Parts: sequence; C-alpha cells; structure tokens
Amino acid sequence: MSTISVTVNGRTYQSDVEPRTLLVHYLREQLNLTGTHIGCDTSQCGACVVHINGQSVKSCTVLAVQADGAEITTIEGLAQNGQLHPLQEGFWEKHGLQCGYCTPGMIMSAYDLLQQNPNPTEDEIRHGLEGNLCRCTGYQNIVKAVQYAADKMNGSGNSPGE
Amino acid sequence: MIPGEFQYFAPTTVDEAVSLLQQHGEDAKLLGGGHSLLPAMKLRLTTPAVLIDVTKISDIKGVSVNGSVTVGGGATYHAVASNDAVRSACGVLADCVAQIGDTQVRNRGTIGGSLAHADPAADLPAVALALGATITAQGPGGARTINADDMFVEMLTTALEPNEIITSVSFPRLGAGAGAAYEKMRQPASRYAIVGVAAYVKLGSDGNVAEARVAVTGAGPKATRQDATEAAITGTNGDDAAIAAATDKAGEDMDYLGDIHASEEYRRAMVKVYTKRALAKAIAQARG
Repeated sequence: MSTISVTVNGRTYQSDVEPRTLLVHYLREQLNLTGTHIGCDTSQCGACVVHINGQSVKSCTVLAVQADGAEITTIEGLAQNGQLHPLQEGFWEKHGLQCGYCTPGMIMSAYDLLQQNPNPTEDEIRHGLEGNLCRCTGYQNIVKAVQYAADKMNGSGNSPGE
Repeated sequence: MIPGEFQYFAPTTVDEAVSLLQQHGEDAKLLGGGHSLLPAMKLRLTTPAVLIDVTKISDIKGVSVNGSVTVGGGATYHAVASNDAVRSACGVLADCVAQIGDTQVRNRGTIGGSLAHADPAADLPAVALALGATITAQGPGGARTINADDMFVEMLTTALEPNEIITSVSFPRLGAGAGAAYEKMRQPASRYAIVGVAAYVKLGSDGNVAEARVAVTGAGPKATRQDATEAAITGTNGDDAAIAAATDKAGEDMDYLGDIHASEEYRRAMVKVYTKRALAKAIAQARG
C-alpha cells in the first residue's frame, strides 16, 4: 500500500492505495465519485476523462499513485453552487446526449478544449473531441453543445435562443 | 482490467532512477506517460515486478531551442506540440507529435517513451530517423549518445541497455534551404500510423537536392530509412519527375507487417503514396 494525498474537486483526501490501483477505480470505488465512467478500459473511448493539474487525461490509464500531490477535477467538480457549468447546460439544451454514458468524459475533454481555445471552430471541436467516442448521437448535437458553452462562456449570449 | 502487482518507485532524479534500474534489473520497467505500458500491463501481456515512474524527474522535461532543438526524454507530446519555438525551428517535429493519439494521449505520452518503446506504428521514430536525431541516454557509467540510425534494432527493441534512461533527444534546427515533412495514414480509432513517412531535404547552392533522408514507420516491424529513395532524389532538381522516380524505389527493400487494418500489399502501395507526399512537401518547404 502507498499513501497518497490528492485534491479532488477542491477537497483534499489522504488515501491508502495499492500501486496497481488505476485512478478511475480510486475515484469511483474509494471516493465514490461515480460520475467518471469506465467504457473501453483501453484508453480509447474517453468515458473516464478527468483533469490532473488542469490537463485532461484518461483515468483508466493513469495509476492513482501517479496522482499523488495533484489537483484532480472530475465531472462532479464542474457545477458550482447548484448551477450547471455552461457545458453541462449545453449538453442539456442541445440534446448532446442520449444514453449519457460518454457524457462526463465528453464534457471533461470539451472543458480542456475550451480552456485552450475559448472560441473553437466546428472542426476544432471535432478534433478536440477525437479521444471520446459516442455511440448514440452521431456527434452533431455534442458539437452544438460545445458551441453553446463556448458562446455562453464568451458572454455573447447568442446561442441559447439561436 | 487491473494490472498485476508491482512495487512502485517515483524517483526525482535521473541518478536515482538509474540506480533503481541497476538494483532491480530485468524485473523493472520505466513508466513514462504509460499509454503503451499500462494497457499492456492491464492485459497481463507484461507483468513487471517493479515500476520506476520517471514522470517526477523535472530535469528531463525541458524543451529548449538554441542551435538545435533539445527535448527532454520526459517532455510530453503536448509540451512539444504547443511550443512555438519548436514549431518555428523544427516544424515537422511539432506537426508529428500533434498527430499522435488524441489530446489525452498527448498530455501524458513522452518523447523518450515513444523512442524507447519503439512501437512499429509509432510516429516519432520516422521523424527521428529522417532528421538524424541524437538520443542521449544515461546509465550507470554515465551519459552516451545514440544516433537515431542505430536506435531501432527490431520490433519493440532499441539500442538502449536495460539500465539506461533517455534523458534528452536533440533534433536539428531546419534553416534556410532545408525542409521536412511527416505524412501519415492514420488508423482512425487508435491514430497509430498505418503508414507514416518522414522526409528531410537540404538544397545545395545550385538549388538541387544536396541531401535527403526518408524514413517509413507503421508499415513494417520497425521504422526504416529508405536508402534507395534518398539516393534517387539526391542530386536532382526535385521536380515532379524526380520525386516520382525516387518514390518508385520507396518500400522496395523492407519487411512488412499486415494486420486487420491493412495488408502487407496495401501498406507497400501506401508507402509510395505517402513518400511522394512527404518528399513533395519537404522540397516545397526547403524552397521557401
């Protein structure tokens, strides 16, 4: 067992983990943060994307011990004071999900994208979400959801009514 | 899927990592970004008893551009792809790493990890060969340099000793009269190269191709220089006919691998297509 100290969504945890514990299992099973999903478990589908120190990563392919000392943000950390994050709101408003399994990872990847590129083109959104697979939507409404969030975060206010 | 049990170390210096490697010998593996190693461990294709995490060694994460472009072995693809100085001094390197995997892979994967793992479909080995990169590795006896040409021995096997760690990789700055390009057919899900071709050319004062290096990845067991293509383009004026003639010789003298994504025959054909594109782009860039 190793002892790690991580800050997840602003709260600091000291935990004992086996070195082989994957970050996604630690988040889901030790911290009960089950918003982060396990999809393919082979670092392709992106359902498990969380942020480590501000960068999006696939948490099925990171060891929990590697996150020692890090700040982690999961989907549970986006809403503030009961207010959905613009991305969460965008997925709601634009019907960016059907079954919802990929949604937490999609949103966390989109969050990384919008931090680096606050005003992405449609192509840039599709490129930025390359690491996330959705088997329901055909991606169209996911792209619209990210555009909605970008507009809202940029304060243009154009998108909601279209 | 959960990896087998192992002991975990996270050294903060290269010396410490090397001495752990010496201590644990063949039982130990270095962990960089982990996007090749951890999936293999989850499938129990490999079960190292000891993992030495090199991502906490800050000395090997730097990226600097002076007379050449020097990238730490632990620098991530993202750190290289997003570095403006790298992009202006050696654009092909930034272009190549920006095409690896997806954002999340690039946030974790490292330059040293890619070269040390030597996956047959990895992108970076082709660019390292075409640019004549120099790899610096540190072992118990100190540091030594390995030319990219000597690095890739066979599939997943390099010239590194088991107790060595890649501390940095040096790529040339592409000055006036030089051009380089990496052209890739990617597997749409994994984004590994089905075929990737890197080409470097340097023009002489007469405007003809004075020097050329071309390397293919993805098609066979290891990244491979294309000597016949290089010889055919060198000394020519680099026009379409010269490129076509050189391209004809590409991929003739190498081993191929086929898989569910592409047969050997298809890869052989695509080596020519992508060699042509890479050479044309490199020559156009060299001409400014």
